[in-house]
Parts: sequence; C-alpha cells; structure tokens
Amino acid sequence: MFIINCPYCGERDQTEFTCHGEAHIARPDNPSEISDEEWGRYLFFRENPKGTHFERWTHDHGCRRWFNVMRDTVTDQIIKTYKMGEAKPEISNE
Amino acid sequence: MKYSLYNLVKNSFSYHENWEKAWSSPDLKPEYDVVIVGGGGHGLGTAYYLAKEFGVKNIAVLEKGWIGGGNTGRNTTIIRSNYLWDESAALYNHAVNLWEGLSSELNFNVMFSQRGLFHLAHSVHDMQEITRRGYSNYLNGIDAEILNQDQVAKKIPHINVNGRYPVLGALLQRRAGTARHDAVAWGYARAAENLGVDIIQNCEVKGIDISNGKVVGLQTTKGSVKVDKVGLVPAGHSSVLANMAGFSLPINSVPLQALVSEPVKPILDCVIMSNSVHVYVSQSDKGELVVGAGSDAYNSYSQRGSFDMIEHMMAPLVELFPIFSRLKMLRSWGGIVDVTPDRSPIIGKTPVKDLFINCGWGTGGFKATPGSAHVFAETVFRGEPNDIAAPFSLERHFSGALVDEAAAAAVAH
Ligand SMILES: Cc1cc2nc3c(=O)[nH]c(=O)nc-3n(C[C@H](O)[C@H](O)[C@H](O)COP(=O)(O)OP(=O)(O)OC[C@H]3O[C@@H](n4cnc5c(N)ncnc54)[C@H](O)[C@@H]3O)c2cc1C
Ligand SMILES: [Zn+2]
Repeated sequence: MFIINCPYCGERDQTEFTCHGEAHIARPDNPSEISDEEWGRYLFFRENPKGTHFERWTHDHGCRRWFNVMRDTVTDQIIKTYKMGEAKPEISNE
Repeated sequence: MKYSLYNLVKNSFSYHENWEKAWSSPDLKPEYDVVIVGGGGHGLGTAYYLAKEFGVKNIAVLEKGWIGGGNTGRNTTIIRSNYLWDESAALYNHAVNLWEGLSSELNFNVMFSQRGLFHLAHSVHDMQEITRRGYSNYLNGIDAEILNQDQVAKKIPHINVNGRYPVLGALLQRRAGTARHDAVAWGYARAAENLGVDIIQNCEVKGIDISNGKVVGLQTTKGSVKVDKVGLVPAGHSSVLANMAGFSLPINSVPLQALVSEPVKPILDCVIMSNSVHVYVSQSDKGELVVGAGSDAYNSYSQRGSFDMIEHMMAPLVELFPIFSRLKMLRSWGGIVDVTPDRSPIIGKTPVKDLFINCGWGTGGFKATPGSAHVFAETVFRGEPNDIAAPFSLERHFSGALVDEAAAAAVAH
C-alpha cells in the first residue's frame, strides 16, 4: 500500500484517495471542427505506460482537492505529487 | 498419445512414469506464416483453431513467461453468457457453446462444470436490471430465470437474505459455471502442438518490425523472426505491444485480485455474484472457496493489488454468508487486466497491415476463451472479422458504436 503525499495535507494513507486516470489531457479547443477520430482519441485512448505515468488523484477523505501524481506503474512507487496547473515534471533517465 | 481409459490403465503398469510430455519446447524457427504473441488461453486457442479449422501449417505462439501464467492462470473461472447487448450475447454464447464440447474436442478434461450462476439483486434498481437483462437474454436464446427472495433462499443454503443489503432476488443462468483454468491453457497447448504449432515459452517480444505499413517481423529475446501475419493477444500488456507497433489503445491496465480459502467439504454448489455489494464466490473441486471482487482504480503493471481491496472482498462475503466468517484465507494474488471504456473486448484489425489484436477482455475474458480464440482465428486467417467479431473493432471508439456492458450492468465478471 502507498502513502500518498497530498500537496495540501501532507502524507496520508492511500485509502483516503481515488485515482482518476491519466493527467494532462486537454479538451479540444474547437469541438465542432474536429473529426470523429480526434474525438475518439481524446475521449478513450490512453498512454497506459509500463513505467512513468502522470495521473489525477483526489483526496476524497481529506481536503477533497484534485492534484497530479507522477508514479512508476511497475513498482507503484510515487515519484512526485504536484498541484493542478503545474507543469508536467521531466522524466529522468537514471 | 490420446488420453483414454486404455492408456490410463496401460500407464498404471509403469506407475505413471512414462506419460509423454503434453507439449515440447521447440526452438524458434526463422520464419512463420502466423505468430501469436501471448500464450494465454486466448492466444493458444487462436493457434489451435488456425491450425484445425483453417489449415494454417506454420504457426508459433510466443509467450514471455510460461503458458497460462498470465490472467488465464489467475482468474476465478466464472463462465456465463447472460450479457445485456445482442453483440455480447452472440460472442459469449458462442463461447459457452464451445465450452460444452471442449473437453472432448481437446481430449483434455477442462472440468467445465455447469453448476449455475446466481446474480444477486439487492435493491429495486437491481431487480429492474436483472429483469431487463433476463428478458434480453430470453430474446437472444440465452437461458435465464428471474427468482424472488424465497426461491433464492431455498436454492442457496446458508445465504443470509436479510443482511444490511437484503437479497431481493437473483438472475439464474443454469448453463453458467466454472472450468479448470490451467487445464484450458494446457489442453489448447497440447492440442495445438499435435497440429504442428510451435509453443515457445520464455520468449518475450521486444519489437515489431514494420515495412510499408505491413508487419514483417518480430524482435524477441530468442532472436528475430520473419512473419507474414501476427496476432497480438497479450492481455494486460496490450498497450505495451501496441506501442511497439506505433499505435495506442483505449485501454488502462489495472490490478485485479482474487483469493482462496482453506479447503472444506462441499458447501456451495453454484456460483454467486453480486455487483451491488461486490463479491463473487464459488467452491473449487478441491474444496477451496474462490473469491473475487473489483479491480483497483489505478494503472499498474505490478502484478499485485492494494491490500484494502481484500477487505472489500471479505466484508460482503461474510455479510452474505455468515457461516464463512471463520474460514481462513490461504492465498491471494493479482493479475493485470486490460480494461476498455465500455468493458467489451477489442477484436480485429489494427492500423498496421496483417497485425491483428485481441485484447481488452479486462476482468471477464476467461469465460470467452474458446469463442474469442475461434473468432480471432478466423479474423487472422481471412484478414477480416466475421459477424460475431465485427462489432468489437477498434474503430468503434471513433464511430461511437460502443458495446456498453459497463453502463448496462456494471458487470465485471
Ligand atoms: C483475479 C482475476 C480474476 C478473474 N476472474 C474472471 C472470471 O471469474 N471470469 C472471467 O471470465 N474472467 C476473469 N478474469 C479475466 C480473465 O482472466 C482474462 O480476461 C483472460 O484470462 C485473458 O486471457 P488471455 O489469454 O487473453 O490473457 P493471459 O492469460 O494474460 O495471456 C496473455 C499472455 O501474454 C503474455 N505476454 C505479454 N506480453 C508479452 C510479450 N511482450 N511477449 C510475449 N508474451 C507476452 C503474458 O505473459 C501472458 O501469458 C479474471 C482476471 C483476474 C486477474
Ligand atoms: Zn489533501
């Protein structure tokens, strides 16, 4: 089980949080102009990487705020948590 | 060698020490007509039907670990076909029809046991859901009985119908049941090898070679291989394989857990599923209770789920069956399942020519194994899906024609 570091509350048990999938997906600016394929990609297609994943979590049983998490999907190790709106961290290759 | 009473008796004279190996470990050849990536039930079955029904001679199945070591060997083996939508009904019922003859088809006892499955309803909404689905099942020729509380209590000894979430009724499918998961992998592997299929274990696909938009070869941990056609059947690793071929999928890979209790004498002669309180349970022939529930909500390839999910499985179990509360749980494990937005599989073509995919079975594909393998073999052979497979194309995520079993009943298994 993880301990998750909420950017607002600090370290809390994982069971207080819910994951809401991939982060940094921007809604298309021009919804009436894009093709069905572009809509499909926006709505349904995901990176689903084996490795570093950027994802959205909420602290349901705490401050109830949304934030982003950078996590390794092989080890489940959390690399970083950061606030919504902050830039996506770089993936380092060591 | 055929498995038969004659051979059983004959081998008993040598204390069962001289049985032939069920399948061998051939070397990877430099070239194949068809390579199937993923040695689970769906992949092995695809190879079997390609050889048996379509006469393809030069086939290999490449498995990075051992055959059946993926979700095929990790699931809770529930088999049923009482899905809501016509497209799913056709696909899963095709599978149940094949399950019924599978042991004799493969000359391998897959222990298919049609012990009946009760899908419990705990609220007015649940009753409406099972009634709607039950009628939809009738229309599709799938057996369904809608039971009230008394009928459930009479048919399932020890169930507590008056718990915190009372059991108001159930949808019963008598043709549903369980099978021995390992035997499905082993049976298909043995039968496929008898038809000349090379089953290569410990062989991980690391790269996919594409030339002018067509798949031409694979890079593996046992060297490179030329191919004419490839079928990807890698379950939890579908996105990883798709990335190698330069496209992405509408899939998230998440952990799903199960556990078994210590073995006890026969106490539960059917399969119980409840989506509302969320647990499902059956008793294996060894006597263990086999218990499962929901997946974790986060993406992971770690092959294990979070600890609190175990409590989420146990709480409804002991609520429904107080008699199980003193049983010890012996083992728990996880598998990585490939979940699609509509909880229906993806079977068919990919953006790369002659590269086909069969994935997205998520938390509920064991029941489909023979049907999935059968329709996918035809898809790979003809280059086009047949009528049963066609609605499950990758394309449906662009056209919007989803086969939404998730919204239909939030049915997981
Ligand atoms: C805990 C649990 C309970 C479940 N309960 C049920 C149930 O009750 N009923 C039901 O119908 N379904 C259930 N399922 C779902 C079911 O197990 C799967 O949908 C089904 O077994 C998938 O079969 P498969 O052959 O496609 O996948 P798998 O058996 O996972 O086979 C895929 C194979 O591909 C291999 N592979 C991956 N990447 C590579 C590579 N790069 N190179 C070579 N090989 C590779 C893997 O090692 C694996 O062996 C459950 C799943 C889990 C985890
Ligand atoms: Zn918080």
